[in-house]
Amino acid sequence: MKSPLDNSIEAHGLVREFKKGPRAVDGIDLRVEAGEIYGFLGPNGAGKSTTVHILTTLLPPTAGTATVAGYDVVKEGPKVRKAIGAALQEAALDPFLTGREHLRLQTAMHGITGDERQRRSDELLTRVGLTEAADRKIKGYSGGMKRRLDLALALVHRPRILFLDEPTTGLDIQSRTALWAEVGRLAKEEGVTVFLTTQYLEEADVLADRVGIIDHGKLVAQGTPEQLKAEIACSTVEAVPAESAQRGALASVLEQFGEQTTGFGPGSVAVQLADSDGNLAEIVRALDGAGVVLSQLQIHEPTLDDVFLAKTGRHLEGSGDEQEQEQEHEPARA
Amino acid sequence: MNDTVAVARGVSWRVLHTFFTNPAFLLPSLAFPLFFFTAFAGGLSRVSQIPGFDFPTGYTAFQFVFVLLQSAAFAGVFTGFGIARDFESGFMRRLMLAAPNRSGILLGYSFSALVRWLTVASVVTAVALLARMKIGGGGVDLFALYTLALLLNLAGTLWATGVAMRLRTQQAAPVMQMPVFLLLFFAPVYVPLDLLQGWIHGVASVNPITPLLEAGRGFISGAPELALASFAIAAGLIAGFCFWAVRGLRSAEAAG
Amino acid sequence: MSPSLVQAATLGRRAIVRTARQPANVIFPLIFPMLLLAVNAGGLRSATRLPGFPTDSFLAFALAVPFVQGALLATINANVEFARDIQTGFLNRLALTPVRGIVLLVGQLGGLITIAVVQGVFYLVVALAFGVRLASGVGGAVMLLLLEVAIALGFAALGSWAALRTGSTEAVQGLFPVFFVFLFLSSMNMPRNLIQTDWFRWVATINPVSYLIEAVRSLVIEGWNGEALGLGFAAAGGLSLFGFALATHALWRRLERT
Repeated sequence: MKSPLDNSIEAHGLVREFKKGPRAVDGIDLRVEAGEIYGFLGPNGAGKSTTVHILTTLLPPTAGTATVAGYDVVKEGPKVRKAIGAALQEAALDPFLTGREHLRLQTAMHGITGDERQRRSDELLTRVGLTEAADRKIKGYSGGMKRRLDLALALVHRPRILFLDEPTTGLDIQSRTALWAEVGRLAKEEGVTVFLTTQYLEEADVLADRVGIIDHGKLVAQGTPEQLKAEIACSTVEAVPAESAQRGALASVLEQFGEQTTGFGPGSVAVQLADSDGNLAEIVRALDGAGVVLSQLQIHEPTLDDVFLAKTGRHLEGSGDEQEQEQEHEPARA
Repeated sequence: MNDTVAVARGVSWRVLHTFFTNPAFLLPSLAFPLFFFTAFAGGLSRVSQIPGFDFPTGYTAFQFVFVLLQSAAFAGVFTGFGIARDFESGFMRRLMLAAPNRSGILLGYSFSALVRWLTVASVVTAVALLARMKIGGGGVDLFALYTLALLLNLAGTLWATGVAMRLRTQQAAPVMQMPVFLLLFFAPVYVPLDLLQGWIHGVASVNPITPLLEAGRGFISGAPELALASFAIAAGLIAGFCFWAVRGLRSAEAAG
Repeated sequence: MSPSLVQAATLGRRAIVRTARQPANVIFPLIFPMLLLAVNAGGLRSATRLPGFPTDSFLAFALAVPFVQGALLATINANVEFARDIQTGFLNRLALTPVRGIVLLVGQLGGLITIAVVQGVFYLVVALAFGVRLASGVGGAVMLLLLEVAIALGFAALGSWAALRTGSTEAVQGLFPVFFVFLFLSSMNMPRNLIQTDWFRWVATINPVSYLIEAVRSLVIEGWNGEALGLGFAAAGGLSLFGFALATHALWRRLERT
């Protein structure tokens, strides 16, 4: 048995099947260390939310095991729920209650009463910047305010592990940055372990200590963002010819240095360099030698999207159009 | 003119397609009038033994006329619900953008309400005949009865359309439904006007639905009364609500 | 107070606050049954001249209907909101707290019953203002409200089952006509012994709603009728037990949490 202060998350061979549907989660193995921010990256329908629902005890796995805070998610659900906080994909709030009333409800559910309830509510409202709006009904809140309240509700009982399911989807840059700052602070200052699902590359890159990439229910890559990018190793060169007639000539020169890739600006030609030490000067000399005149030349460092492309053959953006499985299918029952 | 007809045809096709292929819309429309007919004609038939109740063709026919008129008015109200739903979903904006002549939209909804009601009326009539309802009136009387109901259907549609066009939300449903409900039920529903007592007699005496109901009962029993007055009232309701609906359409256009 | 009681009370309070903040959900269940009562009491007043009719006031005779109808309307509104909680994920939020499933259900039902009782008091006050006198006296008024609690609990448990089973606001709204079929095919407008049509009398006799109405009616027009009250409480208790068993099972399935 793990120590009660174990703040890690561990899963082995996690599977979840739904009636009339494919496996939403298909044999996931992962380990999140205490105090770590783990970014779970994948397109819509990849199985991110289903994994979160299993780890937060909302959905039993069809096969496999998982422990959260040292407790088995199947056998020790109540203990897991005491240790975790969660802000799920839907910022599920009652439009007819105020922010403060939500906190009152949530604290009561966690058995926090009296002065402690008042103190904790005020503290959290201040921390998420909702003190002024606390007595307004939720239906007047912006998307960012709802998300911040959602985070406050997840924190009322001082959880050791926090699950955030696509916390910034639909938010403007300002709200997103503020939420990132608060999540970072929770991990660094309070030692909270954060399991964060996202479909935004930037979010995983900026926030996560380690990233797991999920596609079609399978974990296709795992590591720090730097490790994952290093696996790809090679940069991409993107060039735009001054005259579109020279596009063919540009492509044939660049292909000497690597394989053509897609997903860049219209009219441009891009290649992922075959050699990690690709020499830009050499490329420029070759283009000059072939008489190709450029209007633009850029070198891109590898991104997590390159990692996703390398692992799945698709770009992350626009690759997942299906809804998350748990919204589409009734759970299969034995 | 061709534009108007084309728009009306398109709108009514879409409404009726939804109505006939979606049990959630079709079944309640059929079930409610049948249910009222069963509950009133079956559960209250003893009322025909109240001293002074002398309707010649029996309580089933007496209630059939009410249910026929009620189903006609409510087929119109339900069409208004559909218009409000279309506003909320944004579909109405698509229609407004596509229609060269927007009066065709009103015409299309009105025609679909008519077909909806004819479907309901056919089923209610069949059930009434199976329940051995007695009919005293001839072909002309029955034609007049159904024409009167049809006019009420049109009036109900235009009323609800006017509300839906102005408020453009499904939350307006009670505004469409309640006045119609009250007008219908503040008429002599269970007993003839003469047997009503107290305040409700006063209200029913000035209620425009009362002459329609009495005329309808006259038609089915073969002793027509208030025929001209009832058609005049129906025509007046249609004229008033037509103006109301067209102004509503203009209000929706102005709102963008 | 035990944590479970605090949790149930907080959930009940939330159900009441949410209803109170939606004027349509407050006004409609108060006004509509009163309108229907006015319509029926006015339209069927002459029915009291039928031989064997138990009272000379159709208003007093029909007063039982708003009590049952009000409980139905409160049930529909509250359970539409409950289904919305499922649709929006609010129930998942609650499921992630240590609160026990049964407390969730009790809190939800508690709020709903409170609303139904407030409605019952309103109907009673309106009826008294229009000259109805309870044959069972002040004690009868208390008994009437107790009966209203039992009736509301029966319908509420069935409504909660529908909300939990389907998780769909449309499906719960779809129950509205089903409940009203039971109401209209009962002895709501005519004493059972005066219903002329045989099949209708038979349906009204096997319909539990008839016994709910007759229990309330007995307090208004007869006084203390042990048999009517016993049958009314038995019908309400049966509906409650049946509904509660279904709702508990549906809750267990819905909160498939470990």
